[in-house]
Amino acid sequence: MGTTKSLTGGIKDFFLEIGELAYFAGRFFKEVLRPPFEYKELIRQCYQMGNRSLVLVLVTGFIIGLVLTLQSRPTLIEFGAESWMPNMVGISIVRELGPVITALVCAGRVASGIGAELGSMRVTEQIDAMEVSGTNPFKYLVVTRILAATLMLPLLVILGDAIALYGSALVENFKGNVSFQLYFNKVFDALDYRDLVPATIKSFFFGFAIGLVGCFKGYYSKKGTAGVGLAANTAVVFTSMLLFVIDFIAVFISDIFYDL
Amino acid sequence: MKVERKNTNVQTIKEEPELIMHIEGLHKSFGDNHVLNGFNMKLYKGENLVVMGKSGSGKSVMIKCLVGLIAPDSGYISVMGKEIKDLDRPTLDDLRSDIGFLFQGSALYDSMTVRENLEFPMRRHRAKLGKGSDLDALVLEALENVGLAEAIDLMPEELSGGMKRRVALARTLILRPKIILYDEPTSGLDPITAKEIIELMRSIQKKYGTSSLIITHDVDCARVISERMILLVDGINYVEGTYEELVKSADPKVEAFFKK
Repeated sequence: MGTTKSLTGGIKDFFLEIGELAYFAGRFFKEVLRPPFEYKELIRQCYQMGNRSLVLVLVTGFIIGLVLTLQSRPTLIEFGAESWMPNMVGISIVRELGPVITALVCAGRVASGIGAELGSMRVTEQIDAMEVSGTNPFKYLVVTRILAATLMLPLLVILGDAIALYGSALVENFKGNVSFQLYFNKVFDALDYRDLVPATIKSFFFGFAIGLVGCFKGYYSKKGTAGVGLAANTAVVFTSMLLFVIDFIAVFISDIFYDL
Repeated sequence: MKVERKNTNVQTIKEEPELIMHIEGLHKSFGDNHVLNGFNMKLYKGENLVVMGKSGSGKSVMIKCLVGLIAPDSGYISVMGKEIKDLDRPTLDDLRSDIGFLFQGSALYDSMTVRENLEFPMRRHRAKLGKGSDLDALVLEALENVGLAEAIDLMPEELSGGMKRRVALARTLILRPKIILYDEPTSGLDPITAKEIIELMRSIQKKYGTSSLIITHDVDCARVISERMILLVDGINYVEGTYEELVKSADPKVEAFFKK
């Protein structure tokens, strides 16, 4: 009986949170078009987010490229399909692995950072101080961060994809004696707009989700230092879940377009 | 205006002090917790009014209702003749520029230097200070008022608790407010620093002729600074009077505040 009650309570809380998140997103779309525009803060946030995640994205991307190539090589050799390596790696990185892994890295780095930062600002009354000083804190703190995450993630994905392909080319160069030029020619031959466009659009949505959830969790953080930790932690968990849901929807939609 | 006839046949005109803040029947609850149950208060121009109450008695809630940070459940709040609940966002922001708010934990923006903290309120209210006003000079003057001109380029994390409170006071003063609201101005400070802050509050009041509403549970602070006091008990203004009147009260609830 108690378990059923707590389960229904949990489900109710989950849907309540989804509703609040949707309302928060609606408020973002309302405020983003309304002046004054906080350009300076937006640029600062873009720089901070890019700078905060760049090294991590590059290292992760490089390793993913290396590992994917190293692990796929024996199987492709076995089937005599070694020459398909650039095509396979190129398509899997550009379509799926690059955007998803970059987004997950940024969820850990950026969403938790935003959650903790805004949470601590809420707890120490800095958000109230901003409101009293005549600055709309939602516009200054939330709108700029969500926009920055939405704009920066596709750039990070492009850099992540590039370094992952470079990692893969390096393995092919060492192990298969394939020149970099040949490798990249084959990659670009294998890719077309149907690979690039959905992946890029998906990256914007990923960035939006990272900024939105990080801000939502931090902005409504409960009182106390425990609340700040919780905001950071739940921001990562919730964002990661949301990323997979967005990815599924994106793949589903792009699959429909492939069949047309 | 009140006209008084004295025994001599000379008519004297006694000016009634100007009412600058007025609260009538303020109610606020958080779930089942009824914090304010019909609180009333009047603050007159140039006056230092202290509202005392135990922790959790609703002092901070009341002061936040005054500047529109918390919406009351019911009741009338007017500041300088304007009813808060009727104001749209731009008018409320304009009104807020006449109200300085010193937060309990100072609420300095920790990603900004002291200079940037002081410049922040001027982003929206620069016009109030005159177009030709020199931003640097205003910041420096505000810091000199609190004896911290040398801290101008420091980050909040480099300041002690007392210094933070003084910088917060300087930020409060930068827009030359007509009213200053102090939320526990001495809490968390050692007795010597607390005394310095109280002296600073007095000198500011003398220099700029501001009206002050001080929320505190520090009896020493109340004794030194108050011209009139209100005890907030069970969500209502339990008793009003000067410090001397209250300290002599035989009421056990009043006595409890002043017992050493």
